[in-house]
Amino acid sequence: MLVLEHISKTFNPGTPNENQVFSDLSLKVEDGDFITVIGSNGAGKSTMLNAIAGVFPVDSGKIFLDGNDITNLPEYRRAAFIGRVFQDPMLGTSPSMTIEENLSLAFCRANNVSLRWGLDFNKRKTFKKYLSNIPLGLEKRLTTKVKLLSGGQRQALTLIMATMKKPRLLLLDEHTAALDPKTAMLVNDLTEKIIETNNITTIMVTHNLEHAIKMGNRLIMMHKGKIVMDIKGEEKATMTIPRLLNKFEQLQGEKFAEDRVMLA
Amino acid sequence: MWQTMLLKSIEQGLVFGIMALGVYITFKILNFADLTVDGSFPLGAAVAASLIVGGHSPFTATLAAILAGALAGYITGILNTSAKISDLLAGILTMTSLYSINLRIMGRPNIPLLNQPTVFSMIQGAIENVFPGFPIRYLYLILFIIIVFVIKLLLDAFLKTQLGFALRATGDNPQMIRSQGVNTDFMKIIGLSLSNALISLSGALVAQYQGFADVGMGIGTIIAGLASVIIGDALFGEKSIFISTLSVLFGSFLYRFSISLVLSFRLAQASDLKLLTALVVIVALTAPRFKKTFKGFKISSEKG
Repeated sequence: MLVLEHISKTFNPGTPNENQVFSDLSLKVEDGDFITVIGSNGAGKSTMLNAIAGVFPVDSGKIFLDGNDITNLPEYRRAAFIGRVFQDPMLGTSPSMTIEENLSLAFCRANNVSLRWGLDFNKRKTFKKYLSNIPLGLEKRLTTKVKLLSGGQRQALTLIMATMKKPRLLLLDEHTAALDPKTAMLVNDLTEKIIETNNITTIMVTHNLEHAIKMGNRLIMMHKGKIVMDIKGEEKATMTIPRLLNKFEQLQGEKFAEDRVMLA
Repeated sequence: MWQTMLLKSIEQGLVFGIMALGVYITFKILNFADLTVDGSFPLGAAVAASLIVGGHSPFTATLAAILAGALAGYITGILNTSAKISDLLAGILTMTSLYSINLRIMGRPNIPLLNQPTVFSMIQGAIENVFPGFPIRYLYLILFIIIVFVIKLLLDAFLKTQLGFALRATGDNPQMIRSQGVNTDFMKIIGLSLSNALISLSGALVAQYQGFADVGMGIGTIIAGLASVIIGDALFGEKSIFISTLSVLFGSFLYRFSISLVLSFRLAQASDLKLLTALVVIVALTAPRFKKTFKGFKISSEKG
């Protein structure tokens, strides 16, 4: 359903800072796929997600979603189909607005915002129901400003906001990387639960190899702007970290280098 | 004398408070440093005064002033979003061009309105017919309270709609609200138009209140608006939208009151007004930091 065809992107072309992130990148994502993406530093993982989300235009190539060409659609229009959670917990929510106001923004996602009230009794009831699915007690704090929440609470909130209206595609960009291990586990469990319950097609970038192997049905490894490994089904289910690293060395003839990578 | 001074300060605080609410929209909600203010305030006065002198109804003239202000804000918005000019420069460009435009509209630097009908003289006439014993001394006060609080409550309500939420989120976290499918450029243009419409309305009412429109009456408006927003914020904080807009109006009154206080003690002469204005803003900006230091709190470095 999502197809990237020969995408290329170079930042700051023609300057000393020129940086070709990828040239001729192609990827086909099937309906219901839950893809985990790993890769060394500068492999182009986040850039790929940003290109899909439309944060910047690609230099060449085409992006199709459900057969529609979305290559030239601006970011805010793609938001109708795409839910996102960022690595930085600050980025996904509006800090000086309350929890219920933030949820209301997500509730209206992709609809034209109008002069109707942002909140009413029914919406509050719905929001409480959503929030009571996560063991953080947020359902009792609807009128708390989001800036008073912890990073983990914000990421959980962002995740709920990104999936409240089922997106065609969910993009997770190392969304647990900035959290402490315990909260990261909670947010990861919540992620799996939401994705499974709603059968949401997902691409998740992670630097945690264990998560990458354990979660999802398909694993992609990127290196220097190319997809160097794409495993699914039986091969993915039986994959271990040593075998993954071995396979990478065989393929590339060099060691997997990611200073932030977590082996366990 | 004290009573008169207090009354005048409240009246001025209210009528300039509409302008301060406009500044609140751009500076506090949209996080957009909009300097169009110094041009859109006299624009409102110029449009209203010219139309009144030209024989139009003061109500039509005031409505036209609101639309003209919205247009000025729209242009600043287009300069910023489509032409990608920075917020400060976009506002300065509109403000500077408005100086010439205002002169064109007025045809001369000053239009007196002393013997012309105004919104207030017409309402006064109507009230005197219905209630012969009405205390005319408090007419402006009562009218301003009604007008300003209707505007304040409408603004509060707007900020609680879906569109209002999107506007607030645009100032708070543009990346997030784009990922929720909102066109932030459009929201900026809406906020700027709304803000400058209010500022222009304030200018139109001030011209009718003081009895003239002057091409130079806009100088320093932004500082007065900022002072009101900052004083209000320093005193009451940001507990809710209702309190925030109320504190802007109270800040506007305190600002006018402190200015007239200094002038009444003959500590300064009228020409020192702009200097005083700047000093009041400096005090308002720095005082909260001193207060926190004395209380032993950590000085917060959040935006403000």
